[in-house]
Amino acid sequence: MFRYSIVLLTALAGVVATPVAGRPVAAQAATAAPMVHISNFTFGPQALKVKIGQTVTWVNDDDIPHTVMSGTKLFKSKVLDTGDTFSFTFTKAGAYPYFCSLHPHMTGKVLVSA
Amino acid sequence: MDLFDKSTDRRDALRCMAWAGTGALWAMSGGVASSTMLGGNGARANAVPSFTFLQLSDSHVGFAKPANPDARATYREAVSKVIAMPEKPDFIIHTGDITQLSRDDEFDDADQILKEAGIQTFHVPGEHDMLDEGNGKAFLARYGNGSKGAGWFSFDHKGIHFVGLVNVADLKPGGAGRLGAEQIGWLAKDLAGHASSTPIVIFAHIPLWMLYAEWGWGTDDAAQALTHLRRFGSVTILNGHIHQIAQKVEGNMIFHTARSTAFPQPMPGTAPSPGPQVVPAGQLRGLLGITEATFKRGEHQIALVDTMLSA
Repeated sequence: MFRYSIVLLTALAGVVATPVAGRPVAAQAATAAPMVHISNFTFGPQALKVKIGQTVTWVNDDDIPHTVMSGTKLFKSKVLDTGDTFSFTFTKAGAYPYFCSLHPHMTGKVLVSA
Repeated sequence: MDLFDKSTDRRDALRCMAWAGTGALWAMSGGVASSTMLGGNGARANAVPSFTFLQLSDSHVGFAKPANPDARATYREAVSKVIAMPEKPDFIIHTGDITQLSRDDEFDDADQILKEAGIQTFHVPGEHDMLDEGNGKAFLARYGNGSKGAGWFSFDHKGIHFVGLVNVADLKPGGAGRLGAEQIGWLAKDLAGHASSTPIVIFAHIPLWMLYAEWGWGTDDAAQALTHLRRFGSVTILNGHIHQIAQKVEGNMIFHTARSTAFPQPMPGTAPSPGPQVVPAGQLRGLLGITEATFKRGEHQIALVDTMLSA
């Protein structure tokens, strides 16, 4: 089920590489559709670099629900059950830290540049 | 709170409860844990228990993943165990994660299952019960009658003071469980009127000591709350969240976490994450369970018995 979701999302996004062992690195993410995988109670990559105007998609690969909540509440997902996704488009440069409101030790950030 | 008569004050409702009793698997005496056998060896012969209450935790109604394809069924089994007890516990405390996703149908089903026991139940929320649009309003609408803030409250029963705390609301990035200044202030005032000889039982979802920081298994500001408890001769702190039994004794305080009725989680640091642990189907019910707590008449000790669903 996870695999299906990932393949579907990647296909939609037109990404060639499949995010298996080596998930999309920041350099790739700048050109491909940027994704963050929530897996084993971590956001991967922990820091994601994108360009202004890009849409970041988070997908929950865990067997437990998580959320994506910006530290400034700029963006906040609904609860993401297994396989659920959340997307947000970044329109301004800057660093955007976020966390999981259920498991707040889980933190990540999106670094947006021009 | 639909299990309660909304017009009845908690204290009044509890006052008319009958006595009940049970054996002890392990008991605390003078801050040192000692094991006693259940029945048969005369250990209980001269000890008449004053009353028993029951702890249920982490029922995760709605969970249907490989670690347990039907958490409703195992919750029903747990409640059946309560129903089968020869003497009814005075009441039940549920230490949170009633549901998996805070959905109305999950709360409905959980209530329906528990209703079979016909025993008054006090709830505190887990983080899984805070996932509605209102960040916990659905929980409060059902169970929050008479509570403060995100759902904290206290009541007295047969000389024991019980306090339900909420450490899953408004959590902060990078942190663990959190009570918040308002709740700690309320706790200080709530305890102020009680003599130090009053036995205290505190219950909350996430452990009130830092059990494993890497997984957020603890409460960041618990130490401030515990400051107000140190003068009491007997303090029992009952938590859930980690889906396994953990115990700690600190001075006059006993900390204990209950098993889940839904799925096990790994022991700290033994897996890449605290996610649901998949075990062979035949082993699942040996890792799920309920906790009985007994106060003996005339004594200030509490005896806790953890029973597996498979037992």
